[in-house]
Amino acid sequence: MSIEIKTATAEPIRQTFSHTRRRFGDKPASRYQEASFDIEAATNFHYRPLWQPDKLLNDPTRTAVRMADWYAVSDPRQFYYGAYVQTRAKMQENAEHDYAFCEKRNLLAGLSAASREQIARLLLPLRHAELGANMNNSGIAADGYGTSLTQLHMFQAVDRLGIAQYLSRIGLMLDDGDTVLLAEAKRQWLEDPAWQGLRRYVEDSLVVRDWFELTLAQNLVSDGLLYPLLFHKFDEQLCAQGAGQVGMLTEFMRLWFAETQRWVDALVKTVVGESADNRQLVEGWVAKWQARALEALAPLAEIGPGAAALDAVAGEFAARLKKLGLAGAAQ
Amino acid sequence: MTSLVYIAFQDNDNARYIVDAIVQDNPHAVVQHQPAMIRVQAEQRLEINRATVEEKLGREWDVQEMLIDVITLGGNVEEDEDRFALHWN
Repeated sequence: MSIEIKTATAEPIRQTFSHTRRRFGDKPASRYQEASFDIEAATNFHYRPLWQPDKLLNDPTRTAVRMADWYAVSDPRQFYYGAYVQTRAKMQENAEHDYAFCEKRNLLAGLSAASREQIARLLLPLRHAELGANMNNSGIAADGYGTSLTQLHMFQAVDRLGIAQYLSRIGLMLDDGDTVLLAEAKRQWLEDPAWQGLRRYVEDSLVVRDWFELTLAQNLVSDGLLYPLLFHKFDEQLCAQGAGQVGMLTEFMRLWFAETQRWVDALVKTVVGESADNRQLVEGWVAKWQARALEALAPLAEIGPGAAALDAVAGEFAARLKKLGLAGAAQ
Repeated sequence: MTSLVYIAFQDNDNARYIVDAIVQDNPHAVVQHQPAMIRVQAEQRLEINRATVEEKLGREWDVQEMLIDVITLGGNVEEDEDRFALHWN
């Protein structure tokens, strides 16, 4: 006797939410689609914000850039809250493992005095810049329009807080658990002439009102030049000096940078491709901030990997802008 | 009579992107959504390319990762780092 197993299929009445269906068609939707598109309230606001009565509560006109549909912006990594948290948890587990290994074997004890001094001078004051990046991205998440765009910036904001904490831990480790080096790093951030250019850049960016200009100033230009210089070129220099173990503690930053710049590129490409007006605005902002960032990083390059390294980074960044269809500042 | 090669995935968020990639690379494939399972079948041959899945997923992807979500498959397997193919010899 043979037994045949039959499955009864129940057709679901709905494949997904109506707003998701309207955008993507009547088929099963991914979590990312359901959690990211057409979610932000767009109509029927009862009151205008008291702090900005000329705008609606959620208003696409808080930037001069215009998009027919801000939801054209999407994340190539397709991060919604769940996917984002899982990815970062995995990265953090690896980072924690590296930090524990470094501490257990006391790997930083073998640093030469010169390398130790250089790391303290170049990486520790950066935590203040990272906190600025955290504030900027939080601000964009508040002012921006469209959940697919605002969540990108909120994730970015939280990442920057994490990176600031890793930099702080490097300071504590260098200092055998003491906070003298971190206090000194703050003094350098506030007073050391080499850091004043970057500090001015960060503090000026904090008061940029147009949130799209701000995302360019922070996530495209500043990160796009500073990370390759201080986490790639400086790391290469440390390796050459026999201080490669520090690379274990900054690997998170390199992985994070490679991953996040993909969404930054996708965002810029989408907005620039929308209209000639957008392109012109973006060109102007990028050129302005690019020149300022290069100027701000010059004295830091001198302390670290040198002017030639900054030139190489600037060249790579110019090539990246070209790929995005932008001219950038004249080299 | 041609035989069908087939592969069935759990219906979850990972597999959905893999199925999207299969559909893009194999226009002749037929996708059946069954309860908690997505079955893809095709005549002759079915190819899953790492590059296409990575493009759909937006991250690096190892072909071996697919097996976490696979329920069953039918066909001779050809597998390397960049591709997973099913066909009947």
